[in-house]
Amino acid sequence: MAESVLHVENVTMQFGGVVAVNNLSMDIYEGEIVALIGPNGAGKTTAFNCITGVYEPTNGKVEFCGKTIVENHPQGKMKKLYAGDSKELYPHVVSHTPDYITKMGIARTFQNIRLFKSMTVFDNVLTAMHLRKTSNVFSATFRLNRKEELAQREKTLELLKIVGLDELKDELATSLPYGKQRRLEIARALATDPKLLLLDEPAAGMNPQETEELTAFIREIRAQFGLTIFLIEHHMNLVMDISDRIYVIDFGRQIAAGVPAEIQNDQRVIDAYLGVDEDG
Amino acid sequence: MKKNNKRESIIIAVILLVVLAVAFYLDAKLPSYHIAIKVIKKAAVYSLVAVSMNLLNGFTGLFSLGQAGFMLLGAYAYAVLSIPVDKRAGVYQYFNGGIVKFSLPEVFSGILGQNVGSVVGMIVALMIGGLIAALVAYLIGLPVLRLKSDYLAIATLGFAEIVRAFFQWNALGPLTNGSNLLKSYPDLGGASSYLILIGLFIAIILLLVNSTYGRAFKAIRDDEIAAEAMGINLAHHKRLAFIISSFFAGVGGGMLAMYMGTVQALSFKSTMTYEILLIVVIGGIGSITGSVITSFLYIASLEWLLRGLDSGEFLGIQAPGLFKNGFRMAVVSVIIMCVVLFFRKGIMGDRELSDLLKSKKHTSKGGARNG
Repeated sequence: MAESVLHVENVTMQFGGVVAVNNLSMDIYEGEIVALIGPNGAGKTTAFNCITGVYEPTNGKVEFCGKTIVENHPQGKMKKLYAGDSKELYPHVVSHTPDYITKMGIARTFQNIRLFKSMTVFDNVLTAMHLRKTSNVFSATFRLNRKEELAQREKTLELLKIVGLDELKDELATSLPYGKQRRLEIARALATDPKLLLLDEPAAGMNPQETEELTAFIREIRAQFGLTIFLIEHHMNLVMDISDRIYVIDFGRQIAAGVPAEIQNDQRVIDAYLGVDEDG
Repeated sequence: MKKNNKRESIIIAVILLVVLAVAFYLDAKLPSYHIAIKVIKKAAVYSLVAVSMNLLNGFTGLFSLGQAGFMLLGAYAYAVLSIPVDKRAGVYQYFNGGIVKFSLPEVFSGILGQNVGSVVGMIVALMIGGLIAALVAYLIGLPVLRLKSDYLAIATLGFAEIVRAFFQWNALGPLTNGSNLLKSYPDLGGASSYLILIGLFIAIILLLVNSTYGRAFKAIRDDEIAAEAMGINLAHHKRLAFIISSFFAGVGGGMLAMYMGTVQALSFKSTMTYEILLIVVIGGIGSITGSVITSFLYIASLEWLLRGLDSGEFLGIQAPGLFKNGFRMAVVSVIIMCVVLFFRKGIMGDRELSDLLKSKKHTSKGGARNG
């Protein structure tokens, strides 16, 4: 098997008395597409937020390409309140801001689209290349970074061509139809030059045809950019079609893991999620 | 921004040259105390400060009201550093001539000759004022920039008031002359020199806004969470915007001191910040062109065109009973309310001059005008 890109170990996220993610462990290997599914409120997005540095998990560790990016143990008043497991395992505290984690190579999209509203399609993608700049504020202001700027613009155009938005590049991002906004969000995430792409419900609000297109699109970008993809999704057709492996969580706890065929026949998953939620 | 359209650049260059030519003509024709010259100078200074505030409030989305405080720092720095040595005894009469015993314009005159040297000295003094404002912004920014929206506004407003009170403190008298006036320092020259210098500063801000850093600022304004997820360090970029904005506010303060001829901490009240905020909002939050145009309109109407409303005669109408002290401000308020009602996003929205010159198709889409 290829090497582990993302290694999540006993991650627990507790808000006050509520344990949103409980002792979650998972491994994602290079080149895989892995899905995280579960009923609403199961803690999927919270898990994403722990990985990307938006939240600092209460306990546990996250490694990216062998490097610890997040590690924590219950501190302060959480020492008393903590209701999760394995709290003695992580003596260190490692915490980074989301921008640092993105710089390391984890990019993400959002459940509710978060494009830069005032900017054009082109500028949305171009802005995401800011993190790879080598210029400082003076050289950028006085245009001493011309080469870099031109290279960035060229790369942006290329990216937009790949995702099929190059003809809309001067439109305002928010004026695009919903499916295209999703696509743009993915393009923007790709502009940060990631190794691992986290997609938070990329097919939310899409019709079956758009979903199908998206499935093909995700496959395509994985091949083209050598990505590993980790996604949260409720469209079971897409999940079963695209995923190499699936993790299922309920009430913050992992209840199953395996290839799509296993998950579809897992009684616990059917009880907790598939049986009630899916009518297809 | 795509490839620069040649036609647009030429039109913009022509407009700027015409404005400059008019300023040179007025400088040559009119005495320096003429109201037209005064209006141009003050409006130019206000436009620099408004643009600097717009960089923070409009482009980075940080609602800060500390502008007057940073202007005060720049104004005092300029005044203190450029009062001629032989006049210091008179200015600092209660403080034994003060503790600063040199004057930058004179120092540079000694090196570079009378004319060039004194201009260079004045500009250096302005820059030092800007740098002091920037340094203070850095220090204040450490705690204050953790706050958001209204809370940031209140904290910065408080900072500006503290600075004002601090500068009036008698113990600082040898440096700041306490609550007394600073005066007798040199002025840069006529309206044209103000326009050139301020045009240069605004051009720098414009370049910054259109650079990769400007895009990062706008990303933070549009969506902090998304910006952070795209690898833009919020703390670093907010601090950067705050420092740069304060630098130009400091320089603007120094130039306001030049224009006014005297400096007193008392005149840098929060009212001044509100005046500038008004200009930014009416011009269009996020439009540099809007801030500049509105500065000129606002200052010209307030200081000149509507003067008659306070002194009995306006547009040939004689009505001493109605047109007396205070009526001008009432009219200005009504005008401002009308502008806000009919141009909800300000006169320019978030468009610039170059956007106006582009084909109508694009500008009508922005929907900046209330339609």
